[in-house]
Amino acid sequence: MIEIKNLHKSYKMGKNSLHVLKGINFNVEEGELVSIMGSSGSGKSTLLNILGMLDEADEGSYTLDGVPIKNLNEKLAAQYRNKFLGFIFQSFNLINYKSALDNVALPLYYQGVNRSERMERSMAYLEKVGLAAWAHHKPNELSGGQKQRVAIARALASDPKVLLADELTGALDSKTSYEIMDLIQQINDEGRTILVVTHEEDIAQMSKRIVNLKDGVIIDDRKITQVRAIQNV
Amino acid sequence: MFSLERWQEVFETISKNKLRTFLTGFSVASGIFILVILLGVSVGFQNGIESQFQNDAENIINVYPGRTALSFEGFNKGRRIQLRNEDYDVVLENSKQEIEFKSPMYQIFAGLISHGNNSGNYRVEGVLPDYQYLEKADIIQGRFINANDNKTKEKYAVIGNRVKKDLFQDESPLGKYIQVSGLNFKVVGVFTDPGGDREETRIYVPISTAQIVFGAGTDIRSMGFTLPKEENYELALKQSNAFAAQMERLLKIKLQIDPKDESALFISNNIENTKEIYVLISAMQVFFWGVGIATLLAGIIGVSNIMLIIVKERTKEIGIRKALGAEPLSIVGMILHESIFVTAISGLFGLIFGLVLLEIVGPFIELDFIKNPSVNFSIAVSTLLLLIAAGAIAGFFPAWRGARIKPIDALRDE
Ligand SMILES: Nc1ncnc2c1ncn2[C@@H]1O[C@H](COP(=O)(O)OP(=O)(O)OP(=O)(O)O)[C@@H](O)[C@H]1O
Ligand SMILES: [Mg+2]
Repeated sequence: MIEIKNLHKSYKMGKNSLHVLKGINFNVEEGELVSIMGSSGSGKSTLLNILGMLDEADEGSYTLDGVPIKNLNEKLAAQYRNKFLGFIFQSFNLINYKSALDNVALPLYYQGVNRSERMERSMAYLEKVGLAAWAHHKPNELSGGQKQRVAIARALASDPKVLLADELTGALDSKTSYEIMDLIQQINDEGRTILVVTHEEDIAQMSKRIVNLKDGVIIDDRKITQVRAIQNV
Repeated sequence: MFSLERWQEVFETISKNKLRTFLTGFSVASGIFILVILLGVSVGFQNGIESQFQNDAENIINVYPGRTALSFEGFNKGRRIQLRNEDYDVVLENSKQEIEFKSPMYQIFAGLISHGNNSGNYRVEGVLPDYQYLEKADIIQGRFINANDNKTKEKYAVIGNRVKKDLFQDESPLGKYIQVSGLNFKVVGVFTDPGGDREETRIYVPISTAQIVFGAGTDIRSMGFTLPKEENYELALKQSNAFAAQMERLLKIKLQIDPKDESALFISNNIENTKEIYVLISAMQVFFWGVGIATLLAGIIGVSNIMLIIVKERTKEIGIRKALGAEPLSIVGMILHESIFVTAISGLFGLIFGLVLLEIVGPFIELDFIKNPSVNFSIAVSTLLLLIAAGAIAGFFPAWRGARIKPIDALRDE
């Protein structure tokens, strides 16, 4: 599903340049649930943003579902983001003036789905994350956990090949975190490929594989036996 | 391009961002409103000033006869020239210039003029209706001599305010009679003259009546003409000089005067005196154009700023939309669609409100220097279109920039 080879990324700040990713190589198969770990500043978010096509690598190759992601024009990049990728952020990034339902429907709007179908499908996803009753509430009327569920529903709405989540439980207490992880595991059980960035060991243990980053290189990559989140709820 | 789906999206955005929509709309509406009012006031100013100086800008060309200084075609020098109705007609028929006001004048030396026991010595002048404008006599009671009075040779008189005070005191003179050389003339009007008391000691009567009842035949004492106001002084100068020269030529042929004779006819042409007024009026026009352009510029800058701020404020939202798969063009389209829609609607409101206000209040405004402030509708509409375009252009660049930046950078914006 994901193949990256020799990925490099530096941030330029004035005269200085900070080399953040120093040659990352790894593959993710369809249906995997991978957690990316590492200390703060190790480049986890940078890597995920590149995988999510929110940012671009300086060097190396990235192939997503057999499509080389390289020098795409803006329009094509937008279409790939829409079709292939679903993003979940630590800070939710919901549009605050739109209801939960309208937020979920947004990727479908950019797919050109008509309004009534958009609403119907978005409602189904909200039901899936257990928030049908909150469909018409604005984000500021929802708890952190609920917001993250809306964000997950939104990420799923366009039926992407890969879900990318950056510290998706970072702003939540542990009970809510486990509920969210339970949802993530269910979605993964249905066969969807998911990558989560986390620095919490217990969250990482709920995935099926842990990739450890340090100073911009992978120092460890191993499969684990998944801890089911439902047991901790 | 403006699909139904996007209309829905735009409506949703503006209805759910009421404060922002209101603030944008309000500033655009008030901007247009102020602009319309300013344009209106400056038009009013221009009207006012032009009407203040309108009269002074008028060049009155008068012709008086004199005595010949050169003998010509068998006539001795020193011959007294007499103007007649036919000479006046010759000028009218042959003038190549458009004449605005015109009148011959016959002056009577009538001696004492009385009403009851009051009497005084006043000038009596036989005139045509236009003479009112040549002399700038302001009617304060009744009316001036009209064309009909001349046709039917009525014994009507329009008296100066001084005459009225002398002969009638506080009594209303209208319909009463004054005695001129033993003849009763009915007073039909009273005038004041900016020239003051001296000018108000005159009495105007129809020239046809005067010529008949005072046995003048077709004699006239002088004649006066004005030409319409021109765009600028140079044109006015050219027209009036051409008119005066042509009139002199015509009359000299008609009256058999040596073309080189300088004392047989006096043509007074005070065009030079109007120069300053023309300069003043054109300076005013330049000034108000400047004011108009400056206000418009202020409006454009205002709208542009609003658009810049809105796009800035929405950077994060743009990032989110991009992360969800919005194409750059759709971002630009959304922002422009929204801004054009809001500017157009609120601009229209401001425009209508301003126009209605001017329409209602305008005609009541009659200060010395502001008269009937009003705005040309098509100028107002083009102003609105210009502002909408300015808003769109001003919105386009930040929108385009926002649509082009990497989603991750947009998302980082707080
Ligand atoms: N836009 C940027 N400009 C400059 N430097 C940046 C930028 N984004 C990240 N960095 C730097 O790159 C390095 C890696 O950042 P990154 O966000 O990938 O770390 P992380 O592993 O996600 O850390 P955390 O666990 O704290 O989220 C850090 O040193 C950070 O300061
Ligand atoms: Mg991070």
